[in-house]
Amino acid sequence: MASGTAGQADTFPKLLLRNARERASRVAFRHKDLGIWQSWNWAEVAEHVRNFAKGLHDLGLKRGEKVAIIGQNRPRLYWSMCAAQWIGAIPVPVYADGVAEEMAYVLDHAEAVFAVVQDQEQVDKLLSIADRLPHLRHMLYDEPRGLRDYDHSKLHAIEAVIANGARALKDPQAQAALAREMEQGQGSDLGIILYTSGTTGRPKGVMLSHYNVLIAAEIGCGFDGLNETDEVIAYLPIAWVGDHVFSYAQAMLAGFCVNCPESPDTVIDDRREVGTTYAFAPPRVFENMLTVTMVRMEDAGALKRRMFHYFLDVAKRYGEQILNGESVPLKGRLLYKLGDWLVYGPLRNRFGLTNIKVGYTAGEAIGPELFRFYRSIGVNLKQLYGQTEAGVYITMQPNGEIKADTVGKPAPMVEIRIDDNGEVLYRSPSIFGGYYKDPDKTAETMTADGYVRSGDAGFFDDGGHLKIIDRAKDVGKLASGDLFPPKYIENKLKFYPNIKEAVAFGQGRDYATVALNIDLIAVGNWAERNNVVYASYQELAGHDLVYDMIAKHVDEVNRSLASEPMMGGAQIKRFLILHKELDADDGELTRTQKVRRGFIAERYAPLVAALYDGSDAADISTEVTFEDGRKGVIAARVKVRDAKLYPAAVEGAPSSAKAA
Amino acid sequence: MNAEPINVTGTPIRAKGEILLSVENISLRFGGVKAITDVSFDIRKGEIRAIIGPNGAGKTSMLNCINGFYQPQEGQIVFKGERRAKMRPHRAAAGGIARTFQNVALFKGMSTLDNIMTGRTLKMKKGFFWQALRHGPAMQEEIAHRRVVEDIIDFLQIEHIRKLPVGKLPYGLQKRVELGRALAMEPELLLLDEPMAGMNLEEKEDMCRFILDVNNQFGTTIALIEHDMGVVMDLSDRVVVLEYGRKIADGTPDEVKANQKVIDAYLGVAH
Repeated sequence: MASGTAGQADTFPKLLLRNARERASRVAFRHKDLGIWQSWNWAEVAEHVRNFAKGLHDLGLKRGEKVAIIGQNRPRLYWSMCAAQWIGAIPVPVYADGVAEEMAYVLDHAEAVFAVVQDQEQVDKLLSIADRLPHLRHMLYDEPRGLRDYDHSKLHAIEAVIANGARALKDPQAQAALAREMEQGQGSDLGIILYTSGTTGRPKGVMLSHYNVLIAAEIGCGFDGLNETDEVIAYLPIAWVGDHVFSYAQAMLAGFCVNCPESPDTVIDDRREVGTTYAFAPPRVFENMLTVTMVRMEDAGALKRRMFHYFLDVAKRYGEQILNGESVPLKGRLLYKLGDWLVYGPLRNRFGLTNIKVGYTAGEAIGPELFRFYRSIGVNLKQLYGQTEAGVYITMQPNGEIKADTVGKPAPMVEIRIDDNGEVLYRSPSIFGGYYKDPDKTAETMTADGYVRSGDAGFFDDGGHLKIIDRAKDVGKLASGDLFPPKYIENKLKFYPNIKEAVAFGQGRDYATVALNIDLIAVGNWAERNNVVYASYQELAGHDLVYDMIAKHVDEVNRSLASEPMMGGAQIKRFLILHKELDADDGELTRTQKVRRGFIAERYAPLVAALYDGSDAADISTEVTFEDGRKGVIAARVKVRDAKLYPAAVEGAPSSAKAA
Repeated sequence: MNAEPINVTGTPIRAKGEILLSVENISLRFGGVKAITDVSFDIRKGEIRAIIGPNGAGKTSMLNCINGFYQPQEGQIVFKGERRAKMRPHRAAAGGIARTFQNVALFKGMSTLDNIMTGRTLKMKKGFFWQALRHGPAMQEEIAHRRVVEDIIDFLQIEHIRKLPVGKLPYGLQKRVELGRALAMEPELLLLDEPMAGMNLEEKEDMCRFILDVNNQFGTTIALIEHDMGVVMDLSDRVVVLEYGRKIADGTPDEVKANQKVIDAYLGVAH
């Protein structure tokens, strides 16, 4: 739909001007500030960005230089991306919750000369590593709070920079010069560098041209028919390719409105106020909403609770068929209608999903139960599989062909090939131009014929849907030669609301084991109802009754593994519940909340040893980092339990494609 | 100077200001019980002043005297150059003294927003009649005050609980709301009675940050009672130590830490 216009406007600043012409008075950005939604229409945004670009230019930002952007989702930070692109500089969004150490690496590697940051917290972080950032010349901030007394020779308020730009642009010659700067930009220019979150090793800078990102935006907008009447809420890290495509590129292309929440804690309420039509969230967000609802329902009156559960059962039986447009008996239709009125509608409203046209989940496998729950109450939730290197889209689920355990069919314009070792390879016009300053890694990742190695192992099922098993290099083998897919096991465990994180061990060992984190909300509520007294996460995690409960989950997982050919050998023989929650600040999770298995195995070596030497408990003390960077030590005695193993299913019955 | 209003240890560097409030030879008795005996000290403009001491040393009584909740039998309090033997709570409030309580004293059924709004009561000039109408000048006034309250909500990062009844909030957040209500009075002197009691480490760190920010950004003078010695030593510019209603030490955190009488009071000593 948008391909025609994208042909003329081949960069984002040009797209912005197109929007300012064609839909000037339509709202482009909203931000809830001091309890009130502030809004800017496309004409205003274009004006601000133009002035901002001039301001940056006058501060000495040149074509080809990099601008680091650090903070939560704020309109001015998105504008700073476009302003940088306007004069040919390259924005480099950085994960805002990273500790200074991680930031230092990215900023130094990207050779960022400017940094546009949200607030004092980020300014302080950058000041603390300033000596390691020789390229950094200027810092701009959005929120002035606490910064009044700082030395402002290299520090500027974004507002002031925009105002300076506006003043300078009163001169018609300056206007023309700035317009020329923008005209110089081409689709093939490097548009943005997105650093991958670094599941393995150092973050890598993925270079995407304007064209790459535009194509990605077009794939998404075309696939789900997005247009200027849509609304999204921008709350995922701006450094993540998903947010860049959804909240920046697609908004620019289709002209829809991007809503920035008041704070990360108010997203659900803010979403409800806005009534977004298009949503994107990793599974944990959906999981969290459901957990909170279920916990609250436990406290509701008996009548409400019965009604809730009765109609959820109805939804389970008929909801998905109705959403998929399949035939459903009249009784089912009527009951569902009633349920929609009494339960599903109010629930969707609670979740802020009343107006939702399509919702996506990706990043991690979503629990089938969870996935079906949202679909059954009438939320068109779909999965997609994507990577930064692909400009996000690789596969997507078309309407009417949605299955909980696959990630869908190849997205438009994307070709997929499965390598001999099971690795998924893809090619499309939106794939990246290489890793910044890392030709070796680029060569490793790209094949001669232009395919990108995803690093994930997967296969196509009978319907042509892609199924992902695990990271290709992570699918290991036990000492016995049986397959050991750690993530597959972990995901099965994490589908239980009581289990927040799981880490599986077993590579080259005699059997598989897991270390678990319980979910403090779910288990805490359970503890309250069962009179289990606890003072801390550590105490609850070590409680015998909690162990009993988790043992049941592990048992179910084992039974399910045993029933799947090839997976029977990977049953969990022993497990333990960790004494502390895994945390990205301690390096145990990536910033996108994926477990770093190798690091964890090293850090909790005594516990891993205990899992394999048969002892029933082990002592451990771990160093933890608090948010302000100070360190402390947590010591504990962690129990280890055995789990029951089931005889594995007979090999070779169904095809291997069905197996995993 | 590379943008450093705060030095590495987190202790604010402030010039010693003029005296904002001084307590002169205060004694307070409840019947035969002597709560405070002949205590004098001063609080300078812009500083964070801690009052510490073992249980029952008379710390809270001291705060109660300062904001007029108790009437000391002897002695005087000089606030902003005005000397008076008797302070009244409403006069203290109108004069720019706000406080929080050891046991959170909020309106539990009201929302965070409304609770903080009550802190603006003294600043509302329009009468009951106008307010009941909810139009015209009263509305203008309400909007202006709401703006101040929203600034405070933003400052304390409690946007997500703006509309929740405070009774449902965890303790740490209630404490924060209470601080918000005190701030809504835009006080010159803020009295904090154990702002960190019953908090976990993370909540304490947040609260410390807020106290420093209040002091730094609004220039509010703060007097606080606190039991967590680490917090007291990090936060405050000067510390006064009470024991059994008497002042036993007064000085910078380092001086107080080294004072033998203080060590004895806290660790106990063979008599």
